[in-house]
Amino acid sequence: MIAVGKMTNKKPLIEIENNSKQETVVVEMKHLKKSFGNNHVLRDINLIVNKGENLVILGQSGTGKSVLIKCIVGLIQIDEGKLLIFGKVISELRNKELIQIYRRIGFLFQSGALYDSMSVRENLEFPLRRQLSSTPKEKIDFLIEEALHNVGLSKSIDKTPSELSGGMRKRLGLARTLILKPEIMLYDEPTTGLDPITSKEISNLILDVQKKYNTSSIIITHDIECAKLTSNRIIVIKDGICAAEGSYENLEKSTDPWIRSFFQ
Amino acid sequence: MSSKPIETISDSVFKVFFEEVYSITIFTLRFFKEAILPPYEFNEVLKQSFLIGYKSLPLVAITGFIIGLVLTIQSRPTLAKFGAESWLPAMVAVSIIREIGPVITALIFAGKVGSGIGAELASMNVTEQIDAMQVSDTNPFKYLVVTRVVAATLMLPILVIIADSVGLLGSFMGVNIKGDVSFYLYFSMVFQSMQFEDLFPALIKTIFFGFAIGLIGSYKGYNSNKGTEGVGKAANSAVVFASLMVFVIDMIAVQVTSLLQN
Repeated sequence: MIAVGKMTNKKPLIEIENNSKQETVVVEMKHLKKSFGNNHVLRDINLIVNKGENLVILGQSGTGKSVLIKCIVGLIQIDEGKLLIFGKVISELRNKELIQIYRRIGFLFQSGALYDSMSVRENLEFPLRRQLSSTPKEKIDFLIEEALHNVGLSKSIDKTPSELSGGMRKRLGLARTLILKPEIMLYDEPTTGLDPITSKEISNLILDVQKKYNTSSIIITHDIECAKLTSNRIIVIKDGICAAEGSYENLEKSTDPWIRSFFQ
Repeated sequence: MSSKPIETISDSVFKVFFEEVYSITIFTLRFFKEAILPPYEFNEVLKQSFLIGYKSLPLVAITGFIIGLVLTIQSRPTLAKFGAESWLPAMVAVSIIREIGPVITALIFAGKVGSGIGAELASMNVTEQIDAMQVSDTNPFKYLVVTRVVAATLMLPILVIIADSVGLLGSFMGVNIKGDVSFYLYFSMVFQSMQFEDLFPALIKTIFFGFAIGLIGSYKGYNSNKGTEGVGKAANSAVVFASLMVFVIDMIAVQVTSLLQN
């Protein structure tokens, strides 16, 4: 199990476990704040993600979990605090350096965010053509087939997203993200709206990705089974701060009734 | 005391209006910046030109034909009263080419293409496709907005030329319902009545119509609310606002043309 609660500048309210094992930190947030008008969504977030680690973030709806990961890829700009990715302070980087950093990050959107006007093949081809424009067609075809094979969608290559089921859409979204071999994966509620069997398939895929590519991941979820299966460490967000941190087993045994409510 | 609520309402209406004007101005300036700076999305412009232009062709052609036919049939009795039936081809041609062809085609274009762009981009916004594009190292503004606005600006003048041509064909058929005028004679009369000042300003204003329709559709879709309701609102307001802008641009174009001719 990965060490917990060791890098946050401001310690979580409830620290379940603390093993101080030195590892490479890929994402670090220091006193991160984000508001939308008078709605202070993130009030003081401090967290780290280690290399090769799956960090699950739990919290009630509207607590800013999705905002948190959108800040990492620059879809939402932070108001205050420091965000470090691969040891570099994001706010201090130039546009070109930022692009290089973002290229190393993959994002699986809650809805899959597949391009409706494109086929499955074109959905996978799009990011490849954008980022690896000089790659020969044979290589691109190979990468597409490999990505589809990894998520079990080889037979759906010529279908359109509207012909796919919810689980298949999620898997295709994952394949499109993984095709660029990101070092950090951000999953925004990967199992939402799926039946328990498909949810387990997606959770297993997340684990496979971690093992195969040694990716570091942040997984936003409400699905406690997914959290149990995929997490090395869990952070619980409450009122815009990291309220608790620890492994699944330890958080499950917490004496705090609010934390226990997530696991019941 | 009783005037306070009215003041508040008018303040808020003005505030919303000026915020919208500010927002669309920023959007337009961003369009020019993104359109000028490389990289250029030539393939996507071609694809959008096909989707916007070619796929609007049947609707525009049918409408043009009907307008030419109906205008001729309805104008004939009045001209006949004054014994000026021979002026029918010239009158219909000037009406179609200077005003009716460009405006009606632009309104149809606003309804079909403006609403389509608004709904498509709003739907992409709702389903996070625009965010996904940004994460995939693609500038969504350049890829989605610039390409559509450029395609709309390029395609509308072409569609208007086609609509005008088909409209004149409809007029030729309208003339021949109660008469016997040869194809050669009809079009000789049409071209004799036309001057450069009739054709050129009409064509120039269609470029502005196309630009306005593409830009408004893209603006409404790109900045839509994140919800399914936002898709409908974006499509609807794109058509209403773009149609209104067609008339505003037409009015300005007429004034400018008159000034230049004088």
